[in-house]
Amino acid sequence: MKSTYVYAVGNQSYQFESLADVMAKASATKSGDNLAGIAAKSDEERVAAQLLLANIPLKRFIDEPLIPPESDSVSQLLLEEHNNEAFQMVENDTVGDLRNRLLSYEMASDDLAKLADGLLPEMVAAVSKLMRNQDLILVASICNVVTKFRNSLGLSGRLSTRLQPNHPSDDERGIGASMLDGLMYGSGDAVIGINPATDNVQSLIRLLGHIDELIQRFAIPTQSCVLSHITNQIEAINKGAPVDIVFQSIAGTEAANESFGVNLDLLAEARQAALSLNRGTVGDHVMYFETGQGSCLSANTHHGIDQQTLEARAYGVAKKFKPLLVNTVVGFIGPEYLFDGKQIIRAGLEDHFCGKLLGLPMGCDVCYTNHAEADQDDMDVLLTLLGVAGCNYIMGVPGADDIMLNYQSTSFHDAHYLRQVLNKRPAPEFEAWLQKMGIMDAENRLLPVTVKHPLLLELTS
Amino acid sequence: MKTQLTKQMKKVVSVDPWLALKEFTTARIALGRAGSSIRTEDWLAFKLDHAKARDAVHSELDEAVLESCLTGLNSQIIHVQSQINSKSDYLKRPDLGRFLNTDSIARLNNIQHGADLVIISEGLSAMAVQSHASHVVSALLPMLKSSNWSLAPIIVAKYGRVAIEDDIGARLHAKMAIILIGERPGLRSSDSLGAYLVFGPKTSNTDANRNCISNIRESGLSYEKAAETIYYLLNEAKSRQLSGVQIKDNRTLVELGIG
Repeated sequence: MKSTYVYAVGNQSYQFESLADVMAKASATKSGDNLAGIAAKSDEERVAAQLLLANIPLKRFIDEPLIPPESDSVSQLLLEEHNNEAFQMVENDTVGDLRNRLLSYEMASDDLAKLADGLLPEMVAAVSKLMRNQDLILVASICNVVTKFRNSLGLSGRLSTRLQPNHPSDDERGIGASMLDGLMYGSGDAVIGINPATDNVQSLIRLLGHIDELIQRFAIPTQSCVLSHITNQIEAINKGAPVDIVFQSIAGTEAANESFGVNLDLLAEARQAALSLNRGTVGDHVMYFETGQGSCLSANTHHGIDQQTLEARAYGVAKKFKPLLVNTVVGFIGPEYLFDGKQIIRAGLEDHFCGKLLGLPMGCDVCYTNHAEADQDDMDVLLTLLGVAGCNYIMGVPGADDIMLNYQSTSFHDAHYLRQVLNKRPAPEFEAWLQKMGIMDAENRLLPVTVKHPLLLELTS
Repeated sequence: MKTQLTKQMKKVVSVDPWLALKEFTTARIALGRAGSSIRTEDWLAFKLDHAKARDAVHSELDEAVLESCLTGLNSQIIHVQSQINSKSDYLKRPDLGRFLNTDSIARLNNIQHGADLVIISEGLSAMAVQSHASHVVSALLPMLKSSNWSLAPIIVAKYGRVAIEDDIGARLHAKMAIILIGERPGLRSSDSLGAYLVFGPKTSNTDANRNCISNIRESGLSYEKAAETIYYLLNEAKSRQLSGVQIKDNRTLVELGIG
């Protein structure tokens, strides 16, 4: 029998068409859900949906899949991967019960790690809709997700950075200059990752060779990535290029992934190709995924599901492939999906929480575009909150200004700010390298350098 | 505020000894630091650039200026508009920016079906279109004409999103469509132009069906290189009867002139 969804507030009765409708209307305000025409029509309706959602048993998400597995391979994957044994801990909970349970003193890191396999992304999204920002931060701060390739990322008390030395025409010297700038500021332990301006396979191979040479020459305990389409990276591997980890943007529906030119088989193929090179030294997490609320709607493939739930489903996809890094590029998509600083901050915290609760190594591109109602002050708020929440890594872009992708992210300086106020350190292997190279001292402070520094001699010659 | 630091200030701020590398990139490198934070002058310079970019986003296309730039090209120009009527709606409703309004549909009546389309839209930077679109088109048109491409009149689509090429292209049964569109402004590039081409325009196409060439501007991709790349991709798409991720730019670095 089909469930009915009604909630009365005084004399006003709110009716919802389906579980998906309850989820959409219970979501925090997002311009993207308004654009999709699925958001609550009033604040009271939003809270009515949340009150109703709080009483819905978690089991309902198994019995009434938001998108039927027969019509979507992502739904099929999520249900297949759902671990019933791990689910037992919460199988009689409602969504509201789960919130209380997650916040209780009894919930330790180990319990959260075990629970990760027993929760469907939709359950995680649901509970996040009942949480205020501090709840999202508190629970995420207790989740520990550690991944490894040439270093160990996500350890407690650590904050890593992706060094992002983009250049608008992929000029090698321009990229090299930004790369050096970042390394001299202690950035790059999560990955040195370039977004190429063109998707030419030859130039992809050349850029990969360029970073690899630097990593080898100075024995830098980190990994490289050129964020081209996954099919290009597979082609590069086949041509013998030094690929450390493989990147791809992914989303929460089969059709959205199709619009990115990927499917689950292709992701599996890429992972196998990267594993076959056996380039990791301390671990074999070889995948790097980027996501962001709104991508399904942007590709017109949202099935009437709210953007935050779809984002959590993308994490379910990521999880299958044991990634080294997952990055929610939260403010990149623009004001039609996340209108202003308030929405971007909320989305960043939701994404980090959902990813961590599902057991993923979450990083966040704390960012905004020039057509959004946001500025550096908003980014400082999100950055600080994510630091407190235990975010694995953030981006490192020279002066916070990405001159290729035309948006503002976090700077090398920003990472130091966060490390100073929260006493966080880079990944241990990378921290040791920075000290050995005379870039940072044991107090986590930048050291003065001269033109004779070996990295400067190498890259300026 | 310029770099004249007093003796006392030299103690509290550090200068990076790799300033010379600024020659190779417009990225904000070698900023130096106060502690590990950004110095006052750089912070305020950033704020000024953000203010300029915000202003650029909200500026409107001067269609008369664009038309005068295009008149030397011997191509007829048709003006159309999406279902959007204001800049603020443009920012909030990308869905309506993907389709023509009723008046505009009527304006396509006299265009021959089956030709290839070049569309221009201001997107998120009217300045990009006003500065660069005519130059890219004038570099591209001779290549296309010399190899017998049949071109429809140039279509200028006000308040268009990239996918408006599908709506227009499908209505005209075009084989190929390309749209030149203003990219969203960065802090140092409020005039960057992008080009998105699609084989067999139809409204069911997704971004995976398109090929993109971005960063066309003075200190990015030059007009000539952009036109060559567009021409290369158009020919690939035509010969393989598809566009998007299955088309790879497999030209060697020597062919690209950067080897």
